[in-house]
Amino acid sequence: MSRSPQDSASPRRPSRLAILVSFLGSMNLAITLLVVLAVASVVGTLLEQNQPFQNYLMNFGPFWHELFRTLNLYNVYAAGWFLFVLAFLVISTAVCIYRTTPTMLRDMRSFRLGVREKSLRGFAHNVQSEAHPEPPEQVLERAGKVLGSRGYRIRQVEQSDGTRLLSAMRGSGNRLGYFFAHGAIVIICVGGLIDGSVPLKLAEMTGRLELETREIPASQVPEQSRLGDSNLSFRGSVEIPEGHSADVAFITIRDGYVVQDLPFRIEVKDFRVQRHETGQERAYESDLVIHDDTLDEPLARTVRVNEPLVHRGHAIYQASFRDGGSFLDLDLHHLGRGAREPLPLDVRVYGNHVQELTDGNRYTFEFTGLQTHNMGTVVDTDGNPERRDMGPSLDYTIRDPSGAGTFYRAMKNPMERDGTNFMLTGVRHSMAEPFQYLYVPQDPDGRGVDRFMRMVSAIHDDQRVADVVGEVAASAARQFHGSQGDVPLEVVESIMIRLMDLFVQGGYDAIVADIEQRAPQHQWDALMDLFGRVVNMTLRELYIQVLEEEGIDSMSGENAAYLDDALVALDALPHFGSDFLITFNDFEQVQASGLMISKAPGQNVVYFGSLMLILGVFLMLYMSHRRCWLMVRPAGQGSQLVFAGTSNRNMLEFNEEFDTLSRYVLGQEIPSDATGSDPARSENSPR
Amino acid sequence: MSVPHDTIGAEYPGFFKRLSLTDWLWAALVTVSTVFVLAMFGGYMDIYQVITLIIHAVAGIWLGWYWKPFRGYALAVGLLSVLGVLSYGDSLARAETNFFLKYLVSGQSAVMWMCALLFMSTAAYIAYLFRREATGTAGVVPALVIAGGATVLGGGLLWLGQGGIIPGLEWVSPLAFLVAVGALTGPLSRTEFSAQVGGALAWTAATFGLVGLFVRWRETYLHDPAWGYIPVSNLWEVFVLFCVITVLMYLYYEGRSRNRGMGGFVLLLVSSAVAFLLFYTLDRQAHEVQPLVPALQSWWMKVHVPANFIGYGGFAIAAMVGVAYLMRAHGERHRPNGLLATRLPGRQVLDDVMYKTIAIGFAFFTIATVLGAMWAAEAWGGYWSWDPKEVWALIVWLNYAAWLHMRFTKGWRGVPMAWWSIVGLFVTTFAFVGVNMFLGGLHSYGEM
Repeated sequence: MSRSPQDSASPRRPSRLAILVSFLGSMNLAITLLVVLAVASVVGTLLEQNQPFQNYLMNFGPFWHELFRTLNLYNVYAAGWFLFVLAFLVISTAVCIYRTTPTMLRDMRSFRLGVREKSLRGFAHNVQSEAHPEPPEQVLERAGKVLGSRGYRIRQVEQSDGTRLLSAMRGSGNRLGYFFAHGAIVIICVGGLIDGSVPLKLAEMTGRLELETREIPASQVPEQSRLGDSNLSFRGSVEIPEGHSADVAFITIRDGYVVQDLPFRIEVKDFRVQRHETGQERAYESDLVIHDDTLDEPLARTVRVNEPLVHRGHAIYQASFRDGGSFLDLDLHHLGRGAREPLPLDVRVYGNHVQELTDGNRYTFEFTGLQTHNMGTVVDTDGNPERRDMGPSLDYTIRDPSGAGTFYRAMKNPMERDGTNFMLTGVRHSMAEPFQYLYVPQDPDGRGVDRFMRMVSAIHDDQRVADVVGEVAASAARQFHGSQGDVPLEVVESIMIRLMDLFVQGGYDAIVADIEQRAPQHQWDALMDLFGRVVNMTLRELYIQVLEEEGIDSMSGENAAYLDDALVALDALPHFGSDFLITFNDFEQVQASGLMISKAPGQNVVYFGSLMLILGVFLMLYMSHRRCWLMVRPAGQGSQLVFAGTSNRNMLEFNEEFDTLSRYVLGQEIPSDATGSDPARSENSPR
Repeated sequence: MSVPHDTIGAEYPGFFKRLSLTDWLWAALVTVSTVFVLAMFGGYMDIYQVITLIIHAVAGIWLGWYWKPFRGYALAVGLLSVLGVLSYGDSLARAETNFFLKYLVSGQSAVMWMCALLFMSTAAYIAYLFRREATGTAGVVPALVIAGGATVLGGGLLWLGQGGIIPGLEWVSPLAFLVAVGALTGPLSRTEFSAQVGGALAWTAATFGLVGLFVRWRETYLHDPAWGYIPVSNLWEVFVLFCVITVLMYLYYEGRSRNRGMGGFVLLLVSSAVAFLLFYTLDRQAHEVQPLVPALQSWWMKVHVPANFIGYGGFAIAAMVGVAYLMRAHGERHRPNGLLATRLPGRQVLDDVMYKTIAIGFAFFTIATVLGAMWAAEAWGGYWSWDPKEVWALIVWLNYAAWLHMRFTKGWRGVPMAWWSIVGLFVTTFAFVGVNMFLGGLHSYGEM
């Protein structure tokens, strides 16, 4: 970053130190380091950082994984070599500043009164006159005014031979910009180093700090995995359920963590998600109370995203949230004969429930997550898609006795479709699949699913099915007549019972599969039609009985429609993945607020450096260091003169300025109106 | 002033002495409007908002003095925006019934006007490059050849896109058609006329673009007072901002360099942003106003994003000027009397504008990055997290820092710097949209 690679013209051989300084401060080194940093940074953005090693191994294979891991590419910005290059760049910049400072200062202050006439005559910008009509005093006086009024500082000397030199310059702040901009880089990097992970790395390398990888309470984490108050800077996080408090933060490092002790205790009173009317999130906020012995009374504050709380150099941010163990009110239905008598469950999110069946098999229910809002797109009556909140949902996993899990999502609110309310339960067999939803129709009168559960009980009740088959067999037999001649009633009954059995085991699909397996192909269509009607007769009769139990004796409109919806759900039930259905009645939410806590004493250093950087950049780019010289000596009545100038930036503008200046200095042009004389913008200035 | 007569003109008058009556009228107008706003709405504003308003007023006065055409522009934007806001009253539904809103100044209509005008401006500026010589018909044949080639190219792109062979290409085809229209109409004129038309269209387009953003600002509050936000928060809005800022910056440098030959290049790039905007509006309905996610609800956004786009605008202009430079250099080498060597601006002008736009882009990009760090410190708990967006901003910054160093210390000029500024735009574009699309991270707001 140095601008003068060869500023010493001394004939002696340079010392070792001088060579080193020259190397460190050289532009080529700086550029090389910058390129290395840039490439490493790009790698860091392309390779997702700080993932579990398992993921990398799967993506890259063992060879590349090992190479990348050795190069520390998975956490490149904290890698030793990356920090080393960064430090080297800081040193290089500092050396460059050190080497350039004397020249720069000289340049800023010096008016270069020793300039030679020959070199002035060689300048790209110069005007010469061997026989100027005015005497030197007059030219010098006017030149002083012209240049002075344009912000030039002026010095004059008279040389021994009577030659007088006027030297003027402006914009030496441009040189100051160099110090600001380059010094800022050093300051920013030093500030970043204060807040960076270097001390932690050192502590880890020297063995003073060990990573904890077990999932244990913070209080049980051993001393060698804890950091005390004295730690200068850190960035950690902690999840605190509502009504609880914590005085530690966790710092995640690779596949482990360390515990950072805080000098105060943070209590979370309440966590809220504020929402717009449309249901989209408007704000995440936590009511915090800071308990600190140095405070007269606890400090109560609300933090939000973008509004942290700063206490004793620690900034506390709203970073995330999750469920803190909400209370759930559920009904567990075993989808068999006993479906109508559900088991009320009183559990919490992240809790388990173990259900042992009469056959001795144990099923485990894990309640994994509660969402209070689910934004979904619904098509409204005009056919326009509309974002709408589908209400709360509960995710749970059912593990069978072998430990294999099936994943479910129970919606709390019913969803309306074509005028009927359905209770939705999603099922999937792996986390990668989308949920498939079971639509269970709700009772027409109320909000429960009692009637559906009665139907489930009924179709699983063998005795009851047999009774119903006995009642409808006679009319069913007439259906058989039409196609196959006389069929004995017992045969019809046994077929009907077997069909019901198939339906319960696998829905209509099972009946179809059974036909395709047993009958010749030309009979398939006829049999499917026949068996479908017969099964539906049985189901319909069972349904009439269920209605009678409820005290309803007519199949009115809504009750008839209900049967169709119920049959769809009953048909899907065997594909539901388990014999259990949970209805989600209510919940009482308890949330945990995810707070990030950081201490960054270098922050103000970095901000100061940034300010310097901006100032420096503007000075460097928008100020040009311009110099003009007027060398005059008497010649007859008039004078002989050279007017020359130079600028280190913005040559095109200086071209124009020098043109104007030279004309004014030589008295060749007196502008008629003052307002139009801006040299940078006057329309008629030559190009 | 009591100075000898012969030095009166030599002394450069002080800054305020150089201001004309119009300048003082401008200052008075801005002051009166500011006082009016404070008197009418001061009660709703907190101290920071009052200070912000005053800073804007002072900056506005200064900008009007420094860059005279800005005054007319600001006046037009102000009047049209007020028309839009007043036409709405307090009902969003008027967008469908009110004549002005429906056809002119609702956020959506104004932006569509901007898009159309920018396309026209591009064609006009390109036409200027293909103007007929003062004598003879030299250049007409190449113009017709280019028009034909561009038409075929545009048709091909349209066919590939519409036919579903490479979906999306149909949105690129307008650029080729603009070149074709420009090349075809250019030889009709011998003068600067088409460039003047292009300039006027560009000014009008920038007016409508900014009016669109201002009226949209009001619309966000009409949707729901709790939504209200400054419309620089999603990809659609910042593309409008990009078009406005880039065109304004271009017009400034066009005035300064007194050369209209760069317009076709710069406006063609702006037109590609317009093409994206049209695709994003018509194909993805991305123009719908949606409430801000909590992470974006910060006043830092109001300064961080515009500062960034002055940077992006500067880099974009520099790259297109770089293209013009390369074409000019190529022309001078191979056909000194050909169109390239005679119609494009001189190498020195191009080199100077390239440097100036990179300089201003770099300065504002520096500010934007610092502001971004300060915002990050308030939102994410650290001023630097090595998030992909941050890293790519750093790479963009380093790239242009290196460009400037090479120019200052090694005196690099010309062809390599032109190439470098073009490559720089690709790096910048990746940092702008690529990171959000491909890398994600904390900064992934502008999703496709």
